[in-house]
Order: sequence, then C-alpha cells, then structure tokens
Amino acid sequence: MKILVPVKRVIDYNVKPRVKADGTGVDLANVKMSMNPFDEIAVEEAIRLKEKGAATEIVAVSVGPAKAQETLRTALAMGADRAILIETDEEVEPLAVAKILKAIADEEAPGLVILGKQSISDDSNQTGQMLAALMGRPQGTFANTVEVDGDSVIVKREVDGGLQTVKLAMPAIVTTDLRLNEPRYASLPNIMKAKQKPLAVKTAADYGVDLTPRLKTLKVAEPPVRQAGEKVADVAALVEKVKALGIA
Amino acid sequence: MKTLVLVEHDNTNVHDATLAVVTAASKLGEVHLLVAGHNCGSVAEAAAKIAGVGKVHVADDAAYANGLAENVAPLAAELMGHHDAFLAAATTQGKNVAPRVAAHLDVMQVSEILSVEGPKTFTRPIYAGNAIATVESTDAKLVITVRGTAFEKAATEGGSGTVEAVGGAGDAGISSFVSSEIAKSERPELTSAKIIVSGGRALKDAETFEATITPLADKLGAAIGASRAAVDAGYVPNDYQVGQTGKIVAPEAYFAIGISGAIQHLAGMKDSKVIIAINKDDDAPIFQVADIGLVADLFTAVPELTAAL
Repeated sequence: MKILVPVKRVIDYNVKPRVKADGTGVDLANVKMSMNPFDEIAVEEAIRLKEKGAATEIVAVSVGPAKAQETLRTALAMGADRAILIETDEEVEPLAVAKILKAIADEEAPGLVILGKQSISDDSNQTGQMLAALMGRPQGTFANTVEVDGDSVIVKREVDGGLQTVKLAMPAIVTTDLRLNEPRYASLPNIMKAKQKPLAVKTAADYGVDLTPRLKTLKVAEPPVRQAGEKVADVAALVEKVKALGIA
Repeated sequence: MKTLVLVEHDNTNVHDATLAVVTAASKLGEVHLLVAGHNCGSVAEAAAKIAGVGKVHVADDAAYANGLAENVAPLAAELMGHHDAFLAAATTQGKNVAPRVAAHLDVMQVSEILSVEGPKTFTRPIYAGNAIATVESTDAKLVITVRGTAFEKAATEGGSGTVEAVGGAGDAGISSFVSSEIAKSERPELTSAKIIVSGGRALKDAETFEATITPLADKLGAAIGASRAAVDAGYVPNDYQVGQTGKIVAPEAYFAIGISGAIQHLAGMKDSKVIIAINKDDDAPIFQVADIGLVADLFTAVPELTAAL
C-alpha cells in the first residue's frame, strides 16, 4: 500500500509572526520557515506504518514556492521515498490544495492519505476533510491512533470531551492531532541520502486545477492588545483581590 | 439570506456550542437548523425553542446517530440547495463536517469567524491568533465555522420554530462508528465553564498536577485546563488543552498556574474576563496579559490559596 503525505512550508512555530505595516498580511521575509508541525506528525505516522509492514511506499507532496523543496527534502530525510512539488508563488487556499491532491491521488492510488489537521499559518483545518469529500472517501480527523486492519483503517479521534473510534474503508484520509506520535529527527546520513531521492516538480496547470482564490483578504491586523494588570505581593493579597472580584 | 445551522447534540440535548452559532447566523439572515441524528425528537423540540429560529430540519436515521461526516455532509449539502449559508460551531464536530460540506458545494470555507462584518465579510484569526484577517467570500454560497467565545449565546427559550422531517441518502457505507470514550465528569465543561484552573509544565507530573490543581478547582467549582506543554508531557489528556491547537476559552476567571504563557496558549485564553497568574518566573510572558499576577512557588502558593478561599 502506498501512503500520500501532503506537507506545507510554514513560518517556524517558535517565531512570533509580525503583521505587515500596510495590513496586507504577515511578514514572511527573512523569517525562519519549517514544516508545519502537524505535517511532521503525518510523515512520522506514515513511516511507522511502513516500518510495521502496513505500507510499502511513502510519497510526500507539497503545494508551494520553489523553497518548499526544502520541506519535501525534510520529509525524504525522515523516511519518505519520493516527493512531488506543485510549484506556485501564489497563496493557495485549502479547496484548491484539496483539488490538486485529489488529482495526484487519482494518479498514485494511495491506500491512505495522512495530513496535518491544520497548518499553523492560516489555521483553516479544512484540506483533509475537503480532499475526502472530493475523493468520495471516509475521513479520520484529529487522529490519536491509527491502525490498519485489512481493507480498513481504525482511527481513534480526539473529540471534544474525549475520544471517538471509527472504522474507515480504505482508501481513507487521516488528519493528525498532536498526540498521535512524536516525530523523529532526520539523521545526518539520512539527510545526505535524501538529496538523492526523486523529487518531481509540477504545476497546478499539469493537473488542470484553477488556483484563483475564493476569499479576498481585505485586511490583516494585529489582535487587540491586552494590558497587563498588577502583581500582588503574596497569597493573602491575591485572595483579597479574587474575593473583591466576586470570583470566590 | 437563508442560513442553515448544524445543531450539535447527543441525540438527547442540544449542545451549548450551537447557541453562539445561531447568534452568528442571525446576523446574516433567516435561521434554519439541521438536526441530523437518531431518535433525536427531544433535540428537535429543544432546537425549535431557541430564540430566533425558523425552520428545524430533522433527519432521523441510524446513519446519523453518531454524526459521521461521510453521512451528514451529503445531507447538509443537499439542503443547501435551498439555503445560502451553512454554519457550524468551530468544535471538533463542526470542524469535521463543515469542510466536507464546503467541498461538496465547491465553496471555500471561512473558518472560525470572530465577527460578521457584512453579508460576505468576516474576521477570523490566523497564525495562532497573532493576526486577525478580514476576508470576503466571492463564492455564491457560504460555509462558515464559528468561534463560540466570540458570539453571545442565543436564548434557549422564546423561539417557535417549525419542525420538518427531511430524508437523506443515509449511510454512505464507507465509515462506521466503533466506540467512544467520553470522560464523565462532575466538572463544568471547559468551553462553557465560568471559572477555569489551568496548569502548565511546572506541575512536574500527572500526580502532582492532580494533587495541586484539583483541590483549587474543586473549591472554585471550576473546570480544569492545561497548557500544551502539560498535555505533551502526559500530565493530563489532550482534551484539557487550552490554546490555538486545543480549546479556545473565555471564562469569567482564568487561573494560569505554572504556565509561562507561550503564544500558542495565550491564543486560547486571552479573551478571559479576568486572568490570574501564579508563576515563579517574574519575566514569564503570562504576566503581560494577567490582571492579577503572583510571583511565587506554586507548590506553596496554590495550597495556601486553596485553603484561604
């Protein structure tokens, strides 16, 4: 079985994003970029399934600028077998990404597509679900545990208030939550080896997908700033304050 | 504009999350509801009483019992033939179903809106709430998820909606529900609690977290939350997590205990009315948003606070 793993190049999660002065977006110039953390979890899960013998090949895919090749090389260094970059300098919305992934899935016929539940850039949390709908296949979102069982995959999902387990007929789409696994670091020899692994570069037009955005961003602004209050000297003073506010 | 709101429920009661969505929908136009469930008559009845609600579409079928997106989304997409906007709560259920509906309709979803600025214009958080984007949809129909803390809850009484049964395709036959483990708790639910006591990595381990945080929460009748660091370290389950990748909360009072205040965490709780922070690090970023701060060793301060309240 083949596993398709879409990954996104985003601003590193340790970097505090700055809104551009002209209010058109977030400043990405000279900012450290990394693989979206949820996508790292997706790559790791695919590798573990391969190590367990449930998968035979892992194909990493990214839709983004030429530099997203670095993100794909990271996936290859972790253990993906080959990569496809759909190169574009435009910002691509989840719906268009899902359409590209659908076209790639039609070609590659993966048993599973594993992707992050959301990117930490636009925080949309849509691509996996949209891909599942376009493919007419089931989805196991916010996965906590993934277990392949014959023609099915059993996914334990993180839901409000606890966990829900669903059984999905493959091909299926899985989106990762934080506790699914802890991604490995690529070793230096594997980083070197990754440079030799195949990486195909294509365009959205190759798949006949229109990237025109459906949402117009009118403005991007800083959130309202919360003012710091005061520090109290000791617990007694804290208790007094808390009681004065009527909290307890 | 005719809106269709996905009602979140357990086949018995309407979940509170739906009420804020009704408020958001009412800013766009007429509010119709979709109750997809099984033996969910009481849900439909309660839904019809929500203030401002018009029609309540009820699809009662075993296929909808557990809200599987594969079955619910085609039903919602079909009903969207007669509606202009589909709205769901930005909960795990809403986030699971709405994008699937959007793809069926070839619509780009607007996720987790904070406000309605115009018939097709909304604000939404990006980059873990570090920026707020104002976006305008150019699609013919709208698909939206709504951040619950950003809208008032609609009243649960006073409405006189009409209940109408609808049929759907039922079971898509590609997924099935196996089981659920929903934590039974006497505590209020995180997203609707008036007071929340949250612990961070400084709590050391699961036992210490329990021994330190629980007595204070009990005393206050509070829900218990945690930072991502505490969840990652395994002190508490994932559904305790407050933050951009966890739950977004806005209680009357939020106690941040041993939480440094990473951007990720602040994004989930900075709309709380009063923030109280206890941390031994005077420079912790949490103090930049806290209304009341105490620089102290939490292992002595928290028991002292618990005893004094």
